Amino acid sequence: MAIVYQKSKGLTDKELHYCPGCTHGIVHKLVAETLEELGIIGTTIGVAPVGCSVFAYDYFSCDMHGAAHGRAPAVATGIKRVSPPGTTVFTYQGDGDLAAIGTAEIVQAAMRGEKITVIFINNAIYGMTGGQMAPTTLIGQKTTTSPLGRTKEHAGMPIKMCELLSTLDGCVYAERVCVTDIPNLNKAKKAIRKAFELQQQNAGLTFVEVLAACPTNWGKPPIKAVEWLKENMIPYYPLGVYKDSAEVK
Amino acid sequence: MAGKVTFCQDRCKGCELCVSVCPKGIIVIDQEVTNRKGYHPAAVKEMDKCIACASCAKICPDSIITVERL
Amino acid sequence: MEKELWKGNEAIAEAAIRAGCKYFFGYPITPQTEVPEYLSLHLPEIGGCFLQAESEVAAINMVYGAGGCGVRVMTSSSSPGISLKQEGITYLCGSEVPCVIINVMRGGPGLGTIQPAQGDYYQATRGGGNGDYRTPVLAPANVQEAADFVRMAFDIADIYRNPVMVLADGMIGQMMEAVEWHDIEKRELPAKPWATTGTQGKREHNVINSLYIQPEPCAEHNEKLEKKYKLIEEKETRYEEIDAEGCEVLFTAYGTTSRVCRAAMKLLADEGIKAGLFRPITVWPFPYAQLKKAAAQNSVKAVVVAELSLGQMIDDVKIALEGSKPISFIGKAGGLVPTPREVADAAKKAIGR
Repeated sequence: MAIVYQKSKGLTDKELHYCPGCTHGIVHKLVAETLEELGIIGTTIGVAPVGCSVFAYDYFSCDMHGAAHGRAPAVATGIKRVSPPGTTVFTYQGDGDLAAIGTAEIVQAAMRGEKITVIFINNAIYGMTGGQMAPTTLIGQKTTTSPLGRTKEHAGMPIKMCELLSTLDGCVYAERVCVTDIPNLNKAKKAIRKAFELQQQNAGLTFVEVLAACPTNWGKPPIKAVEWLKENMIPYYPLGVYKDSAEVK
Repeated sequence: MAGKVTFCQDRCKGCELCVSVCPKGIIVIDQEVTNRKGYHPAAVKEMDKCIACASCAKICPDSIITVERL
Repeated sequence: MEKELWKGNEAIAEAAIRAGCKYFFGYPITPQTEVPEYLSLHLPEIGGCFLQAESEVAAINMVYGAGGCGVRVMTSSSSPGISLKQEGITYLCGSEVPCVIINVMRGGPGLGTIQPAQGDYYQATRGGGNGDYRTPVLAPANVQEAADFVRMAFDIADIYRNPVMVLADGMIGQMMEAVEWHDIEKRELPAKPWATTGTQGKREHNVINSLYIQPEPCAEHNEKLEKKYKLIEEKETRYEEIDAEGCEVLFTAYGTTSRVCRAAMKLLADEGIKAGLFRPITVWPFPYAQLKKAAAQNSVKAVVVAELSLGQMIDDVKIALEGSKPISFIGKAGGLVPTPREVADAAKKAIGR
């Protein structure tokens, strides 16, 4: 009997605290599997954000830092700049963390071409604080701080981070993926692997945006949440490669 | 039977994502079991139809599924 | 030993290099900018890294990342920039990450002025960030001390796994004085098994973190930190007394203001008034007991507190003296420095002369 699939060694035994059907757990393991496959768990340092994935430092088996809200790219910069060559550094951030309070840090880290990998979870809402409007919340989407639905007049149009960062030379790879089904999940895994491989080549900042479901705060059962994501998020946040200026050697 | 799927049912949250991706449609939420978290966990009812594709395990957010090929 | 003429800010930067600090993250702000300027040239020469961050907020978080990896790392700023660093400082304390933070104080509040001031005393000694935390604060009164204290600060930071601040002001940072690069006291430094250097597959993962979501572990963490702070109070309190024995007036001042007091002491001596100085070197931990003892002498009629603020350290003096002696105050805020004459006159007024 051969094992076809088992939990990655890139994850600890800690039980995930996420709600049923939350995408975080799926992306965690894609990152963990990538670290394991590349053989770099022992030389990787990750940075966890503030938000639903605040406990990510407990879940990845590599060394971890917990960062203040939005500051993960700055923390990762500090780590990368003082660590020996060959150290892999990644941040794992949600949309409130990266696209609201931490906008300066991610944009500047990308401008500098920091040799880090950024995994960005976009679920169009603040999860941890209980479903408030995020900069990525869609027009018309109801949240606890946009109870009548987000309007362009009041809150502007949702921010598109892949598109924004891909304008910067230092960001060498930006791709938006989702993990709603197996083909998309496989693509997401490939993107994450490429992001880490490019980091190993010191190519620059690599960025993978994962469209994610938040069943609890969207008020939908997990399967319905996945459908909502496909119907509403993907049209506004098209999947695909936005920047690919370095070749994997 | 080509494959064997093992669920760590204690950790299952019953989200049904595995159910949604199983090409054989053999995963069900076991309404007769309530785990220590209070969820009805996922289970395979007709294991002999399993093809060991590991789709369920790949999408499981809680990494509670192990798949073996016989 | 040979004496060299050094500008305060550059001496601070050079002292960091001599302390084995190879990494600096900062942001330009007057009157501290020579610190990053100096390091931007000299850190690459020793295989280190200088990085100009996008903000003080980012800089202190880069320090958090770097310090968590176990290296000696420093940042510097001036008052408004230090305000921005407060979030990072409380995280550094909560996560027990050692580092050195330089504050070359300028006038406030808000954007204030670029001239010297001591208006950040509360912020430095009480903490401008959230939660129960402390940072040891060394306050140099001249460029030599600035050079010495930066090196001492790195040791204190490593020994206690805590950020340490060197609290200078625009006067110290901008002036040039003679510096001797003598050795400082050699201290035994602990290893850093907690640092995130990669598990290398040989140990459980290390986590640098200040989150303790359950109240019991968080309370326990706070109590552990409190024990450390008590130990710092016991072991690291520093002060200096000058001509304090048998004095009629006891000045209490730190940093630049202590120098004005020393000039005032000479003016008072000419008028037959014996004045002494009690100078806290660590403003946290504050030398409460030592000050109380110095002020308890029968000869002391008044304690005169001088500050480049409208009265902040005076609170600690009041705590120290517990009402045992009259306390009066002379201070200016907003970038002005009281003259020795003004300080001497305030002392005379305090003792009814």
